[in-house]
Amino acid sequence: MKVTRPLLVVGAGIAGVTAALEAAEAGAEVILVEREPTIGGRVLRSHSYFPKMCPPTCGMEINIRRLESNLRIRVVAAAQVAAAEPTADGWKVTLAIAPAFVNGRCTACGDCEQACTTEVADPFNLGMSTVKAIRLPHLHAWPRRYVFDRTACSEDEARAIAASCRYDAIDLAATPTTETLEVGAVVLATGWRPYPSDRLPELGGGLPDVIANVEMERLASPSGPTRGAILRPSDGRPPARVAFIQCAGSRDVNHLPYCSSVCCLASLKQATYVKEQLPEAEVTIYYIDRRTPGRNEDLLRKVAALQGVRLVKGKVGRVEPSAGLLRLRVEDVEAERIVEAEADLVVLATGMVPSAVGDPMPLFTRTDEDGFALDDPAAGITVAGVARRPEDVASSVRDATGAAARAIAAAARGR
Amino acid sequence: MDRIGAVLCSGCGIGDAVDLDAVAKAAAGSGAAATLIHGCCCSADGLQAIRDAVTERGLDGVVVAACSERAKRAEFASLGFDAAGMARVALREHCTWSHPAGDDDTRLLAEDLVRMGVARVKNGSPIRPLSPEVSDTVLVVGAGRAGLEAAKTVAGMGHPVVMVERSGLLGGHLASQKSVLPEEPPYDRPHDNPMPGLIADITSCSGITVLTGTTIDAIAGQPGQFRVRLSGPSGRELAVGAIVQATGARPYDARKLHHLGYGASPDVVTSHELEAMLVAGQVVCPSTGAPPQRVLFVQCAGSRDDNHLRYCSSDCCTATLRQAYELRTIDAAVEIAVVYRDLRAPGHMEHLFNGVQRMAGMMMTRGDVEAVAVVGKPSVQIANSLLGERAVVDTDLVVLAVGMVPNAADGELVRKLHDARRDAEHGESAPVRADAARLVGELAAHDGTEILQLGYRQGPDLPVLAYGYPDSHFICFPYETRRTGIHAAGTTRAPMDSAQAAEDGAGAAMKAVQCIAMARRGEAVHPRAGDRAVPDFYLQRCTQCKRCTEECPFGTLDEDAKGTPELKELRCRRCGLCMGSCPERIINFPDYSVPMVADMIKAIEVPEDFEGKPRILALMCENDAVPALEAAAANGASWNPWVRVIPIRCLGSVNIVWIAEALSRGVDGVILIGCARGDDYQCHFIRGSELANTRLGNVGETLQRLALEPERIKVVELSHAEFDRVPRLLDDFASSLAALGPNPMKGL
Repeated sequence: MKVTRPLLVVGAGIAGVTAALEAAEAGAEVILVEREPTIGGRVLRSHSYFPKMCPPTCGMEINIRRLESNLRIRVVAAAQVAAAEPTADGWKVTLAIAPAFVNGRCTACGDCEQACTTEVADPFNLGMSTVKAIRLPHLHAWPRRYVFDRTACSEDEARAIAASCRYDAIDLAATPTTETLEVGAVVLATGWRPYPSDRLPELGGGLPDVIANVEMERLASPSGPTRGAILRPSDGRPPARVAFIQCAGSRDVNHLPYCSSVCCLASLKQATYVKEQLPEAEVTIYYIDRRTPGRNEDLLRKVAALQGVRLVKGKVGRVEPSAGLLRLRVEDVEAERIVEAEADLVVLATGMVPSAVGDPMPLFTRTDEDGFALDDPAAGITVAGVARRPEDVASSVRDATGAAARAIAAAARGR
Repeated sequence: MDRIGAVLCSGCGIGDAVDLDAVAKAAAGSGAAATLIHGCCCSADGLQAIRDAVTERGLDGVVVAACSERAKRAEFASLGFDAAGMARVALREHCTWSHPAGDDDTRLLAEDLVRMGVARVKNGSPIRPLSPEVSDTVLVVGAGRAGLEAAKTVAGMGHPVVMVERSGLLGGHLASQKSVLPEEPPYDRPHDNPMPGLIADITSCSGITVLTGTTIDAIAGQPGQFRVRLSGPSGRELAVGAIVQATGARPYDARKLHHLGYGASPDVVTSHELEAMLVAGQVVCPSTGAPPQRVLFVQCAGSRDDNHLRYCSSDCCTATLRQAYELRTIDAAVEIAVVYRDLRAPGHMEHLFNGVQRMAGMMMTRGDVEAVAVVGKPSVQIANSLLGERAVVDTDLVVLAVGMVPNAADGELVRKLHDARRDAEHGESAPVRADAARLVGELAAHDGTEILQLGYRQGPDLPVLAYGYPDSHFICFPYETRRTGIHAAGTTRAPMDSAQAAEDGAGAAMKAVQCIAMARRGEAVHPRAGDRAVPDFYLQRCTQCKRCTEECPFGTLDEDAKGTPELKELRCRRCGLCMGSCPERIINFPDYSVPMVADMIKAIEVPEDFEGKPRILALMCENDAVPALEAAAANGASWNPWVRVIPIRCLGSVNIVWIAEALSRGVDGVILIGCARGDDYQCHFIRGSELANTRLGNVGETLQRLALEPERIKVVELSHAEFDRVPRLLDDFASSLAALGPNPMKGL
């Protein structure tokens, strides 16, 4: 294998981390750029993976070990591709790097957090709880250093926070920087964001006890806003009846015309969270089709066999609040009638929107009508993970591994 | 290592919580040649102070007692010690963050931890990495979509490829397909079959040697150094570095689907038989030779079915959509019905679903096809459909969307069959021979299924997991393989459609090329990527018990005629399961060994009198349980101060002698915390947790003979995320030991 110029991997979620590692372990030089201050992306916000119900941090632990022991990878966190222009044999890319108010000297000792009184909405918990303005983003954050929402604090507080650091790791004067790179090929792994629930008012999006599937992951997680307790946001009580609404925004020309691929399995998985914690709870999953390919079928069988879990083929048309509970209007396709149902907590199985939609980024030379990026072999650009298509973690990792190979080949031949 | 320095960090509050002078004294007392206390070891100044001490005092090893080895890795790696030369002791997480400052117990814990660190480095010996000669060539077995993509991708990375294909043609099932699923826009219709172009690329590529009509006679060796003998008149021998198995899948045998009318009427055909007609450009009812006016597709024919294939075959729904489109395109008058249980068109395939659904003459309904009767024309009995609770639909042609079965051999069962066959003939007694003969009968279906013909002690093919697929059932690491350097790809690995198979081929190509590169550098592949330490087998003391050769999850060890293990080090993944298995304790790594951990246990100071405080040993998986514990510490949790944690590679690497050592020294109990075992195992070494459990089950009896309660040993499964549970687990174990009273071996 002969690669002379580095590869650029944009996005350090599971797909980007995988592409970077696979290429680097094969001998390529890799620059891995992540917009957030830490790597791991969406997967780390999940409580567990289907179908094995294992925690995402377990695989990430191995990946972090691989990253740290591989000198061929340079991670540039809190950075975005600001500009890119083609060169004779690759791309010249300019990175815009956010100010490093906390630098590499940080030991994550926690003194600054003690000195900080301002709390902000916790992005790791999707805003469902608050957190100190200076904090470790989450328990297994990597790079393992604090981040500082500088603008949330007064100057006085910021100075007090900086003074609390014994290791000279806080630099209040830090400024944004740029860096220009010459790379041989690019892997786009910019991932996705959840389709916003508030665009689904007919399904109760915006009501306190109507949550999105990504929020359910945080509720079930011991590091989440409720320390893992599945509780109704409105009154903090455990729900007796939980309704999952599939295809909330997906397979719908008014919202996302494609199938988001993972929501059926995510809801089945979340049904097990509910039943393990609240064995008496009644769970109903309203679906159009139960899409559980391959041996994921086993999870469908397992959940369908649980006592107190019902899978109903039906399209939910309306969710309305009614005296402390939620009333659902469901078109029961099999019975060919409209039925009404009640629930204490509704989970919207919202789909995936590619990150580049509404947030155009350089290097997206080819996209499809839904905003997913396409490989552009002539330009040395290859796409991995959900930036390319809606898919689950195992598929993202598979595609990212192949994308690493295509990027190496592109860099070797020079566009 | 002989001259060890103990570096104690007083930063992050460590120095405020424990008397580091006392800890330094303990380190010196346990043989550290030098001690150093610094206010921030990970700073440039701290690292320089360590470097200076190393030079001035002539140190060949260091113990850095500061934060967890999971923190500041790059900083401490810059000191230049290999994995055997440096031990990181997590004073911060395991001691001062989690235990009361100034407490005697906290200091005793710190002293023990540092002593254990010194014992660890003392037992380390320099790592001498391999630098083997390796072949750059990748062997691709199977020339379907996955295999062709793998070959093209490997060649693109500049490696030579040899591609062998059993049949005379390239392209597999896809080559005889009218069209394929859309892989790029527009997604709402099938696309032209890319196989002719792909095949032309492959055959014209100078780096790819294509051998059709060829199978494998034998594969010997190891990653980087496989030796392959091919079948056929050439009997060609090849040296290859890595292998991609892309042997595809075959349609489920429709003759088993009597209830769906297959065989009873020529007008019930499989999707593959329909495809042949689509390619020919004329679809007819086989009984009459006339074009059908009505065609009904039955989905899940044999899939998602307890009596047939339990899994979903993943590509039949989209294949039917594609065929329905092609059928309508050939014959604009034909009426098409599709009866499905769930229409599975994930991702962009939803557009294909919509595109086909919009076509005239298309009727799609959910329904359970209960039977296809064939008196004259086929009539299909459907329950629970849009047509009502019970409906019978007459049609001209029924198409069964049959699922897929992997073309893979179950390597472990084939080996079992071979062993049984040998025992049936040469077994030492008549009952042994009879049992073996019975087993030969039971395993007859595996006879002759070999594909790779590996000369491995554990069998000639990859081990399979669920449903006959040689997958590893991992999510984060789909190419983790149980035979290093051999990667399954495409429909032989898992049910998937052709686009996914193409991606899978490219991914496997990446891993094959990577494996060669890592073998050349003498590095282990996933999950201990980059580990350059190789296990040492002191074979003079081997008793040929074969535990190691049987238990290695990666088939690393072969055997000579007497049963002595033959290490194929480039297959090794460094899990240490062999080290845990060996009753003679002759298998050790330079940076992880039986004496090393035994000495770490000996370094724990156990109060000798029965009134003293108990001591508890926790052997914890370094990838999952230890990070969970450290997350608990970072979160402010505390746990019983009498627990001494030793991070281990895997529960499977635990040698029973360690437990004996601990109990005989008066340690009151041993808790082993590792990953989930069973079908949904989370152990990254596949069966480490499982083996530990079996081995410790056997220890229970021994303990009882020694008048020790079996409850003094506990094995627990814990996931990486359960930081909230792990302190409680340790505390509960401590309470249960308190109830048992002190270990009677104390002070003996």
